[in-house]
Amino acid sequence: MEKQADIIVAGGGLGGSLAALALSHQGFTVCMVDAAPPADKTLPDFDGRTTALAYASVRLFRRLGLWDDLAADAGAINDILVTDGRPADRFRKGHQATGFLHFDSSQLAEDTPLGWIVENRRLRQVMNAALEASEAIRVIAPATVGPVETGPASVSVPLSTGETLTASLLVAADGRRSPLRERAGIRTLNWSYPQTGIVCTVAHEKDHLGIAQEFFLPSGPFAILPLTNNRSSLVWTEKADRAGSFLALSDEDFVTEIEKRFGPYLGALSLDGPRWSYPLAFHLATKFHGDRMALVGDAAHGIHPIAGQGYNLGVKDIAALCDVLAEHRGAGLDIGHGTALAQYDRWRQFDSASLAFGTDVLNRLFSNDNPALRLVRSTGMGLVNRVDPLRNMFMKQAGADLGTLPSLMQP
Amino acid sequence: MSETANKAESTRQAPVCSPSGTTVDAGEIDKFSAMAADWWDPTGKFKPLHKFNPIRLTHIRNEICAHFGRDPNAPRPLEGLRLLDIGCGGGLVSEPMARLGAEVTGIDAAEKNVKTALTHAAEQGVTVDYRATTAEDLLASDIEPFDVVLNLEVVEHVADVDLFLKTSANLVRPGGIMFVATINRTLKAFATAKFAAEYILRWLPIGTHDQNKFVKPEEARHALEGAGMVVEPPVGMTYQPLSDKWHVTGDASVNYMITATKPQLS
Repeated sequence: MEKQADIIVAGGGLGGSLAALALSHQGFTVCMVDAAPPADKTLPDFDGRTTALAYASVRLFRRLGLWDDLAADAGAINDILVTDGRPADRFRKGHQATGFLHFDSSQLAEDTPLGWIVENRRLRQVMNAALEASEAIRVIAPATVGPVETGPASVSVPLSTGETLTASLLVAADGRRSPLRERAGIRTLNWSYPQTGIVCTVAHEKDHLGIAQEFFLPSGPFAILPLTNNRSSLVWTEKADRAGSFLALSDEDFVTEIEKRFGPYLGALSLDGPRWSYPLAFHLATKFHGDRMALVGDAAHGIHPIAGQGYNLGVKDIAALCDVLAEHRGAGLDIGHGTALAQYDRWRQFDSASLAFGTDVLNRLFSNDNPALRLVRSTGMGLVNRVDPLRNMFMKQAGADLGTLPSLMQP
Repeated sequence: MSETANKAESTRQAPVCSPSGTTVDAGEIDKFSAMAADWWDPTGKFKPLHKFNPIRLTHIRNEICAHFGRDPNAPRPLEGLRLLDIGCGGGLVSEPMARLGAEVTGIDAAEKNVKTALTHAAEQGVTVDYRATTAEDLLASDIEPFDVVLNLEVVEHVADVDLFLKTSANLVRPGGIMFVATINRTLKAFATAKFAAEYILRWLPIGTHDQNKFVKPEEARHALEGAGMVVEPPVGMTYQPLSDKWHVTGDASVNYMITATKPQLS
């Protein structure tokens, strides 16, 4: 059957767009199919979230030529401060936090921040521009994919536009509810957290100095992440049954609530843009591939935002897929053959599962007020703070710099 | 345990036979014909062979490119080279070599293998000249000698190794290159390539290999030098069970590959 491209990418979100760009960078031709028209994805009310890009992920962004356009709008994380404790206690006179951790990027072997915080809207703008400029990528949007048909040498998908696309491989980057994954009968492990993520951007009087703060409060982690222009991105994990009442507050009362948690270190606060909320859930596909299909990003896994690693896990999927496919093509092999996909699966399953379960355990360990667990936490944090190799390992984990790194993410 | 690419690999080839039957082994032809239909199933009998394939093909591509001064990273680095794959089986090597640009002739004594390979190549849109014949018959047909001759996982199945390697070498043009991959005749090879792969891991049907037919690198070297080839030291291809990956190593005690070149006519 006549192929329109080497690879079809289904989904044009942050995962699908990056997959299309990275695969075309490897010399593959790509058709990317997206339900949303490109321009819609950069409207102010499309997505108010920010993404933490670990320093190893940024190596890939640099190699794809995306970083120059992003750098000016990315907030560098020079330090991460982690504090365990109830908000009211933290500002009481003479209070000692039960646990405290400091990760300092200057202790990394490489001269780099630990990561950057980027607004999703800005990421989408930069990716859209690169997709449009690429001659190897054809973007088909708005369009959705129908039932997949595989043959001995190809995979075909009918589109809602009436056209049928044929390629050697299909990359499913169609999100956490991935219809392609469901239709392929690939099962997931999944559960919801009784937590809601409240997200907003806050403008503040004082400079954050590139410090990311994470307070482990009994309701869940509360993170203040450095953005540009004296702004920070707030990721507030709250018990689901209480989140609604915070979201319903007036701007003024909402700011008062966040001030209670922030403390005074950034001076006067004000909201910059709307508040958003997202239910938090865990899912992990039991297989990262189907017949001539690879799952990447949210289609393969969704983890608790406690460590800011969700998107970075997807970046690693994409970079690993690039390596496996390039190796097979270089050996004259069919890139959609089960052997290539099984290799990708082996590479990514273990790494994803360990991080997914690791963040799950962290969240369970920290999101409570149990005195016994508080003792465990303070002991553990004290240990990590004092033992250099341990702290270094955590920093490398935060930088997505552990495990077998795909070539696009290597130093 | 094992470094047993050859397990399935050995199924590549039914033994090479001459019309007079000097190197033929009829029992072996039947054995491999029965296995031919499953060649391309990545989760089937040939799974270990499919896993072994990328590292082996990459090594061969790099060696050919180094020999002929080509860029191994070009889209079709073997463009225009005439390549003979002896014991092509289901086409697991012929097809990739054709995708890399080579003009491939794949021969196998088992008709069923050739038919499987032909069907698959047509499905993939890859052109390979597959023939059900033997190296001896091909040589006797006065075919123009090849730039590259691949002799992978075959010699451990033939009756007369010296004769077979000499025939293969005669199919290489002066200035051309030949690859021989097989299993060493060591205790370790017996334990892994034969015993573990067939009896424990069940990668291969029991009886796939006869360890007495395993060939030591110096025996292969001797035969090739006798046929006027310049022989490089062997490289090992080793399976590392923890990472579940194959690597090219210096350990030739089980699976190994020899590169030999034929001097230009002066």
